Amino acid sequence: MMSTKKSGNHNFNRREFLGAMVVTSSATGIASAVQAFDKKEMWQPDRADVVTPVRGDKYIFFTDDEAALMEKLVDCIIPPDELGPGAHQMGVTFFLDRQLAGDYGHAYSWYMQGPWPEGLPSQGYQTRLTPAMLYRSAIAAIDKYCVNTYKNKFSTLSISEQNDVVSALENQQVDLDGVPRKTFFDRLLQNVTEGYFSDPIYGGNRNMTAWKMIGFPGARYNYRAYVTKHGEKISLAPVGIMGGPSWKAKA
Amino acid sequence: MSTVTKLPSVDVLLVGFGWTAAMLGQELTETGLKVLALERGAWRDTSTDFAVTFAQDELRYYWRGALYEQPSQSTLTFRNNPNQTALPMRHLGSFLPATGVGGAGIHWNGQCWRFLPSDFVARSHNEQRYGRLAAEYSVQDWDISYEELEPYYDKFEYLCGISGQAGNLQGRIQKGGNPFEGTRQREYPNPPLDMTYGPELFRGAAERLGLHPFACPAANMSRAYVNPLGVELAPCTYCGFCEKYGCGNYSKSSPQTTILPVLMRKSNFELRTHANVMKVLKDSTGKRATGVLYVDAQGREWEQPADLVILCAYAQHNVHLLLLSDIGKPYDPVSGKGVIGKNYAYQIVSSVDVFFKDKILNPFVGAGALGVAIDDFNGDNFDHKGLNFIGGGYIALWNTNGRPIETHLVPEGTPKWGAKWKRAVIDNYLSSCSISTHGGVLAHRENYLDLDPTYTDVYGRPMLRMTFDFHDNERRLSNYLTDRAAEIGRAMQPREIKINGRDGAYSIIPYQTTHNTGGAIMGNHPENSAVNRYLQSWDVSNLFVMGACAFPQNAGYNPTGTVAALTYHAADVIKNRYLKRPGPLA
Ligand SMILES: Cc1cc2nc3c(=O)[nH]c(=O)nc-3n(C[C@H](O)[C@H](O)[C@H](O)COP(=O)(O)OP(=O)(O)OC[C@H]3O[C@@H](n4cnc5c(N)ncnc54)[C@H](O)[C@@H]3O)c2cc1C
Ligand code: SF4
Repeated sequence: MMSTKKSGNHNFNRREFLGAMVVTSSATGIASAVQAFDKKEMWQPDRADVVTPVRGDKYIFFTDDEAALMEKLVDCIIPPDELGPGAHQMGVTFFLDRQLAGDYGHAYSWYMQGPWPEGLPSQGYQTRLTPAMLYRSAIAAIDKYCVNTYKNKFSTLSISEQNDVVSALENQQVDLDGVPRKTFFDRLLQNVTEGYFSDPIYGGNRNMTAWKMIGFPGARYNYRAYVTKHGEKISLAPVGIMGGPSWKAKA
Repeated sequence: MSTVTKLPSVDVLLVGFGWTAAMLGQELTETGLKVLALERGAWRDTSTDFAVTFAQDELRYYWRGALYEQPSQSTLTFRNNPNQTALPMRHLGSFLPATGVGGAGIHWNGQCWRFLPSDFVARSHNEQRYGRLAAEYSVQDWDISYEELEPYYDKFEYLCGISGQAGNLQGRIQKGGNPFEGTRQREYPNPPLDMTYGPELFRGAAERLGLHPFACPAANMSRAYVNPLGVELAPCTYCGFCEKYGCGNYSKSSPQTTILPVLMRKSNFELRTHANVMKVLKDSTGKRATGVLYVDAQGREWEQPADLVILCAYAQHNVHLLLLSDIGKPYDPVSGKGVIGKNYAYQIVSSVDVFFKDKILNPFVGAGALGVAIDDFNGDNFDHKGLNFIGGGYIALWNTNGRPIETHLVPEGTPKWGAKWKRAVIDNYLSSCSISTHGGVLAHRENYLDLDPTYTDVYGRPMLRMTFDFHDNERRLSNYLTDRAAEIGRAMQPREIKINGRDGAYSIIPYQTTHNTGGAIMGNHPENSAVNRYLQSWDVSNLFVMGACAFPQNAGYNPTGTVAALTYHAADVIKNRYLKRPGPLA
């Protein structure tokens, strides 16, 4: 399930593994997958199924060439401007790198068996490319298009040329070498938005700046005091799952 | 394949352990019988799986589906009509079924409705008033009335502690409630939730238009509540991570927060997780279920015998199991004969986004069922003469969330990316809201479920195949509701509105609702239905089938109130009649 949960072993997530352990240690030998919670207290210490924060600062999925393109591409989708940082500065490229390197990139929870006819728009994702391979193939094809059209790779084009390329991608005018064009572009917009607005624990939305820009207070859990304050601005600095500036002890 | 090990028999076997199974587990253990639930997913509870310290994680829960079924394990194929080739739904989208203890009862919104009395007689009522329906619509009466279900609706509302306000108390219309609802015997157990600004603006606008707005019935607690089983729920904190998430606060009614603390401690109840039921087993006559075959996490196969088998695996999964078990005659869309898979239906939704210039709405202060609705255009609450459709839906301003990946409304004409998009998101986030319409879907001859001829699941079983599209009745209905929603939107006096109407083919991609209905419908005769009014299989009398698969067509409301009422009605009959004299009840 969560990319951050386990390394390599895609057969069980942690919860399933706990359950499965009980099955094998079952004293009766029958299929008693009933866990320790049965007839006991349901709360147990140290069992919370939490995510592991994304750490590090090096790309593990993108090659240098791919990263060069992606860093510029995400900034076309959400550019830096006077309102605040663009997607790259917010960590979105890094977020995408870790997403594509993990379960999501490998379509871990998806049904990925053939046959693979093309499908109708209403039938959704119908390519054997996992998201990781979708990006990898599309990135190569975009650079090829740029070299053919502008004699330069995407990352070295001017911003207005880059925007023209993104428009061409949106209008499905770029040959993506077998990658379904709309599938790729829709996913790119979705994943960049995810990196921009998700909890910083996944590597994007650095310093919760995207939340500050729109006025979302983040991973809070109690707004009872504000429900009937109609029309009033709520001035709460955002917090993330790992906390936030407002959690710092006073000097 | 490995050998099958046969286990000691149980009295009652529940397949799946979500909402309907939890209700039945609680009811049927009261008889002293030994009840076993087999759930394909993991154990889940508040403190371990969605505690307040980490439940507010939009990427993990919604976009990566931490609580949902995984298509790699279980999915279906889909096409719009019988002339197309169905292809697998490779990742979830349009609907989000669950896996794991509690089922979709964990991540539902908690919008807890009753259907209208006329919904249960959809064919006879509408034909009497408007004349014959076109032959393509295979609409049927339910063979159960609102009045018969009323005590069971009530029972579920009190189990859950629904926050709401009666509109029709013992025949007397109550100010502030829904005046169109069927008669209820008593008030909701809890008062309505406090309203945020968006729903209040909707209420004002609807009143000015002469409509009848009311606070929506919500399974989010407006105050602390102790339910009839003695389980305590806490006041909702309007955290805005409700639908598609588990509640970390014990404030949303779910099997975990209303039943399991009592049921799990009973000595005559047993739950096995990671027990994926492959099919129902029958004896040589084919008329009696002997138990089920299931596979555990290691892939070992087990035969679990039982005297009474009840399918509680969610609507389309129940239908899938019936088809795989060769119980009942599969539906044939050409002849219109056969019953299993017949009358699959859904919900037709549209929306009108409302943008204000100078009003701050704080969308993130929300709850799954926080909202104000009107029911003036639902069911047969309005005259359809000249409209060319029957049925309807509610129109509501729900204030469920401001989770920014999902909810960042932008005005008409905004590009999908770039500087203009960014500015529009920032400018409108705090000052926009959305009106939704929630239309019913008629049963149609060509909307049905069967087994796919090509694709198989990880166990090698044929997948379920869904053939579904919206037809003329729904399209007209939805256009009509969307126009009414736009009128209310304009009456809210915003800067501008954006109308998101419903056109084109039904698509499996964008989330719409997890209100899949039909496929094992109830009725008055084995020729026209899979189960009788007690949800008992016409073919195998010791097999009952719960869930919205019993709906002959779908009404303009969310299903769970009615699913629960049918479940409690069936439980009563099982306890008081079936167990005394097992056999066909109707
Ligand atoms: C996002 C979302 C929002 C919703 N909001 C609302 C709402 O506001 N109002 C409303 O009325 N309804 C709502 N619903 C619908 C509501 O959740 C369902 O109607 C309700 O949960 C159905 O109960 P059930 O028992 O039929 O299925 P579930 O509660 O889903 O339980 C089915 C269980 O069976 C298990 N299972 C399936 N197949 C097998 C098998 N072969 N072997 C063993 N176990 C199996 C599953 O893992 C699951 O745990 C919503 C649903 C979703 C997903
Ligand atoms: S909005 Fe209320 S009921 Fe819903 S998850 Fe938050 S606290 Fe729970």
